[in-house]
Amino acid sequence: MNNVLVYCELTESNHIADISLELCTKGRHLASEMNGHLQAVVAGSNIQGVASELYPYGVDEVFIADDPRLSPYRTLPHFAVVLKVIQEQQPNVVLFGATTVGRDLAPRVASRLRCGLTADCTALELGDHVDAKTGKEYKCTLHQIRPAFGGNIIATIVSPEVEPHMATVREGVMRKEIFQADYKGTVTKVDISNDLEQADKAVTIIRREIVKKDINIKGASIIVAGGYGMGSRENFKMLHDLARLIGGEVGGTRAACDAGFTEPERQIGQTGVTVRPRLYIACGISGAVQHRAGMDQSSKIISINTDPNAPINAIADYTIIGDVCTVVPMMMECYSNNLK
Amino acid sequence: MSGLNIVVLAKQVPDTHNVGTNAMNPDGTVNRAALPTVFNPEDLQALEMALQVKDRIPGSHVTVVTMGPARAAEIISDARSRGADDGFVLSDARFAGADTLATSYALSLAVQKVGKVDLIFGGRQAIDGDTAQVGPQVAEKLDIPQVTYAESLVNVDSDSIQVIRRLADGIEEVRVGFPALITVTGSAAECRFPHAHRLIQFDGAPVDILTADDVNPDFDRLGHKGSPTKVKKVQNVVLAHKESQQVAPNAKEISDLMATLINDHII
Repeated sequence: MNNVLVYCELTESNHIADISLELCTKGRHLASEMNGHLQAVVAGSNIQGVASELYPYGVDEVFIADDPRLSPYRTLPHFAVVLKVIQEQQPNVVLFGATTVGRDLAPRVASRLRCGLTADCTALELGDHVDAKTGKEYKCTLHQIRPAFGGNIIATIVSPEVEPHMATVREGVMRKEIFQADYKGTVTKVDISNDLEQADKAVTIIRREIVKKDINIKGASIIVAGGYGMGSRENFKMLHDLARLIGGEVGGTRAACDAGFTEPERQIGQTGVTVRPRLYIACGISGAVQHRAGMDQSSKIISINTDPNAPINAIADYTIIGDVCTVVPMMMECYSNNLK
Repeated sequence: MSGLNIVVLAKQVPDTHNVGTNAMNPDGTVNRAALPTVFNPEDLQALEMALQVKDRIPGSHVTVVTMGPARAAEIISDARSRGADDGFVLSDARFAGADTLATSYALSLAVQKVGKVDLIFGGRQAIDGDTAQVGPQVAEKLDIPQVTYAESLVNVDSDSIQVIRRLADGIEEVRVGFPALITVTGSAAECRFPHAHRLIQFDGAPVDILTADDVNPDFDRLGHKGSPTKVKKVQNVVLAHKESQQVAPNAKEISDLMATLINDHII
């Protein structure tokens, strides 16, 4: 069937997670293009209300598995639900969030179905494919696009011979957009109690401590980001000062996060968060493609870098060639002076 | 209590953090020969967790398994110098071109070769792919439970293990019975250093190399042939240049820039 299925995650308060609504938005476009339906599968406990959260995003069919053993998330119980829905519905495309849940579940599902799975896609498109060796032509197959190999290349991956085509996408990469406020779909209950008996036994959750994140760079309209070129955690402090002054948040590149200059929650890029702020100030960031994938849709970009040839400069609106340690304090002073 | 039989899945990877200018061939393919290789960092952390289990349950046996070219034997020697008991490389041209599905199939056969295994550890993901798919896929192939994103070991006894998982917004402490596969995340403890005497013992010591025939595979499920995903196209990254305005790093020009941003209601 030419249908697109989205595995939907739930927040701690049992609402559909943003990442899943982003995937539904993308899924709606793909399903329409294929003349198919958009389907969603949700597994949890006491979740009868979630379908109405999904309809406005253009979901035609919601499959709901409601059982206490499905909350909180554990691999094998959710695996049983998703497998059952895929086997019954035979969707053409299945999408998961590239979250701690999606990245745990999707590979196991792909392994069982022996189908392809592409992680951390930055774009998904439908297109034809001709096998270079056999010359065989495949119509309307999913093109899964992602940066690869240290960001030196952008790869387009296809898995034309095996359905479903599966992909994971990071939060924030796709836009979340209401399709039609009064759109109505249908709900189908997934009866899974027999399969859950075995799946329930494997892993026991002893305790969970979920903290509400106090770092929210995804929603910030101004971001001051630092790269490895900042040199130290000490130097990162001035980015916090600048961010505080102009009402922004601090972000970092993967290299900066890996080096311990700032918290991993602040990582921007393909394997971090994707942001679209009004202003992005890139400090000591060279601009590897994985980083740019997470910020190149910012409205205005300022790059501060000692290297005039840094790739980031090519996408910057303003380029300041200079040492961040002198330029950033200067910006703070000039900002304060201009306000006076 | 008798010891546990433990396998660590590891990978030798190109050091993508140190990619030089000659990393790419002119045709856009990766010039692997020009890249230095390293023990995939999270696999080293997985080895550490396996060694911690061995510390707590004496008599346990840790075998490190890798797939790759013959020179991947380097990481087996490295692992042994740090405390692993044993290891081998799965190396065969017929494994080449494998995506995560074909890789996990081959690795699952290699694990079965080790015998009856209680625990399998591996890094969450490898730095050359960042997919985090192989661990869960090996678990599925072996039909055993998986625990991903493990950060620290809480407790282990003769039939179960308890670990802390690091999630995006918190932690989870879970218990899983044997056999099970655990993937270890980057915030876990770093691996212990090699022991001097083991370093001398294992540096350059021979490492077993197994071929595809040694694991009795279904050859249709190996390598490129067994991989549903195909690379349709690779593009060298070309930057879309946009009109960029140069601002000199002096008070006058930066002040003008800040004034513009304030006037345009950007800040």
